Amino acid sequence: MSRITLSNLAHSYLPKPKTPADYALKEMDHVWQDGGAYALLGASGCGKTTLLNIISGLLRPSQGRVLFGETDVTDAPTAARNIAQVFQFPVVYDTMTVRENLAFPLRNRGRDAAYIAARVDQIAAMIGMEAMLDRKARGLTADAKQKISLGRGMVREDVNAILFDEPLTVIDPHMKWELRTQLKQLHREFGHTMIYVTHDQTEALTFADKVVVMHEGRVVQTGTPEELFETPEHTFVGYFIGSPGMNLFEAEVEGNMARVMGHPVPLSASYPAARGRVQIGIRPEFVQLADEGLPAIITRVEDVGRHRILRGEAFGQPVNLLLPEEIPAAPGPAFLRLAPEKINVYADDWRVLPVGARRAA
Amino acid sequence: MEKSWNNRAWFLVLPVLALVAFSAVVPLMTVVNYSVQDTFGNNEFFWAGLEWFEETVTSERIHAALGRQVLFTAIILAIEVPLGIFVALHMPKKGFWASLCLILMAMPLLIPFNVVGTIWQIFGRVDIGLLGRTLTALGIDYNYTNDWLDAWVTVIVMDVWHWTSLVALLCYAGLQSIPEAYYQAAKIDQASRWAVFRYIELPKMRGVLLIAVLLRFMDSFMIYTEPFVVTGGGPGNSTTFLSIDLVKMAIGQFDLGPAAAFSIIYFLVILLISWVFYTVMTNLDREDRP
Repeated sequence: MSRITLSNLAHSYLPKPKTPADYALKEMDHVWQDGGAYALLGASGCGKTTLLNIISGLLRPSQGRVLFGETDVTDAPTAARNIAQVFQFPVVYDTMTVRENLAFPLRNRGRDAAYIAARVDQIAAMIGMEAMLDRKARGLTADAKQKISLGRGMVREDVNAILFDEPLTVIDPHMKWELRTQLKQLHREFGHTMIYVTHDQTEALTFADKVVVMHEGRVVQTGTPEELFETPEHTFVGYFIGSPGMNLFEAEVEGNMARVMGHPVPLSASYPAARGRVQIGIRPEFVQLADEGLPAIITRVEDVGRHRILRGEAFGQPVNLLLPEEIPAAPGPAFLRLAPEKINVYADDWRVLPVGARRAA
Repeated sequence: MEKSWNNRAWFLVLPVLALVAFSAVVPLMTVVNYSVQDTFGNNEFFWAGLEWFEETVTSERIHAALGRQVLFTAIILAIEVPLGIFVALHMPKKGFWASLCLILMAMPLLIPFNVVGTIWQIFGRVDIGLLGRTLTALGIDYNYTNDWLDAWVTVIVMDVWHWTSLVALLCYAGLQSIPEAYYQAAKIDQASRWAVFRYIELPKMRGVLLIAVLLRFMDSFMIYTEPFVVTGGGPGNSTTFLSIDLVKMAIGQFDLGPAAAFSIIYFLVILLISWVFYTVMTNLDREDRP
C-alpha cells in the first residue's frame, strides 16, 4: 500500500491533441493519500473513468507521471501495479463457478490453496453469496454477477488500491446500501486506499472521507463533504453538490458589499477586486423570505416532507429556497434575504478568497 | 390471456410443407426410388429390395473411400480449426489493417471451387507450375500425379488455403463481440495470456466455433470438385473420396441403383456425425449449469 501521486498528468484519446478541448483529462497534480476513502464525483464524461484507468495502468497517460509511493509506475503494466478495479458492468468468467471466480486473482498470484479457500469463504460471506459458491457464474442475475465482480476486487489483501468505477449501477437500491456499508467496513478493517467513482452525490457523500469533484477533465475541488457544501471552490461544485444546487447571481463586488442589479447585498468579509465574470453564490438553505431585499417571484412551492422547496426567479435567473415546513409560503412576488456569512464570491467560476483568508489545504 | 384452440391453424403450415416437399422431399424420393430397384435398360425397372444397401455396406471399395474420407476430414479439421482461431486472435481489431485483413481473408472464399482446383492443379505441376518447379529445383522429389503422399499433401494444403479463412472470420466475429471490460478485468486480475484465452475468448467463441466445425465437417466430408480437378481421385484411388467414388459410380458406370443406395447411406452418415458434433458441443456448454 502506498500513496498515489499524479504529477503533471494529462490525457487525450487523440494521437496529436492541439487545443485543451482535445484533452479528456486536463493537466493536473493530485495526491491520493495512503488509506484514504475517496469518492470521485462528476457528471458523465468528465474524465472519471479515464483517471481510474490511468491509475490502474489500463491506459497510459499522454503526459505526466504516476507514482506509487516513490516509485514511478507510469510505464508499468497493470499486472505489476497490483491494483484492484471493479467496473460499472459486471465482468465474470462464465465457465467458472462463483468460487473459482473469487479465487482467480489469488490463484494468478500463486497463493497457496488453503489461504485461497479461507479468503474466498470470507469474501463470499461479505457479499452474501456463500450459498451459491459452487454454481456456475453464467446463469446468475446481473446483480449477483456484479457482487462477484466486487468480491474479486476485494479478495486480494495486499493491493495498492481498490478502484470502483460506478460499481453499484446495476444493483438494486436495498443491496446498494448494504454493499456500500460493507465497502466502508472493509476500508476501516484493512485500510486500503479506495477510490470510488460515481455521479451520484449521495453515494459519494456516504462512502467517502474525501470527495474529489471533477468537471470537464479537471479536478475542481477535493474536500470533505462539509467543505464541498460550505465553500464550493468552483460554481460547478456548488451546482452539482446539494439538492437543489447553489443559487448564483451576477454581481459587482466592492469590499464587503455586493450589488446584484443595483440591489445591495451585504457580505460578511471584504473581497479584493475581482476580474472577469463575478457572481455571488448561496445555498438554497441560507436564503430566506424577508420584508425587503432582493426582489424575486416565487413560481412554485414543492413539499418534499420535512421541508419545502420554493422555486422562483430573480433578475431572470432561477432561484431556489429551502424552507422549513412551518414557514408559510405561497407563489407570488417576494423579497429574499441572503445570509451574509454563507455567501461565496466567484470570479470566472472560481471562488475568490476574502481579504486575509487562506485557502484550506 | 385465453388462447383459443383451433386445429384449422395447421392449414397455415401447408405452404411451407409444399415448398419443402418440392425442394427436398420429392427429389430425395427419386433417389430412394432408384435405390430399391434394378434396371437392364429400356427404362424397365425391377424391384431389388435392400440388395443395393447390402452391397454398399459390404463393399470394400466404399469402405476404403470412407476411410480416406474420414482421415481427410479429420486432418483438415485438426489443421483449420486451431489455425483459424490462431489467425483470428492475431488479426488487428480495428482500423485500416483490420479491413484489409478481412478483405484478404475473404478472397479465397469468393473463388469458385473448380477455379480453386485449377489454380492448384497448375500451381503444383512440375513442368509449368510455380510450386512444382520450385520444389523440384530445390531438389525435393514432388509430383502429385504419381506419388500418393504428394497428392494428399497438395489436396490438404489446398483445402486449408481455401477454407481456413472461414473459420478465422467466424472466430473473429466471436472475438469482436467481447466487451473491452473483460480484457481490462483480466489484466486487473493478473491473468496470463493463456488464462485470457481459456476463460474469456474460448467461451465467447464457443457458439461460432460450433458453426465453424459443423460447416467445415459437412463441406469437407462432401468435398468433390477441388480434388477431382487436381488429382481426379488418383494416383490410383489414393484421393478418391466418397463423392468422387459416388459420381464415378452414378455417372461413369451409370449404376443408378447402387449409387442411390450409396447416396442415402452417405447422407445418413453425414447427418449422424453432424448430430454427434452438435450434441457433444452443446452438452459441453450445458455441463456448466448446475
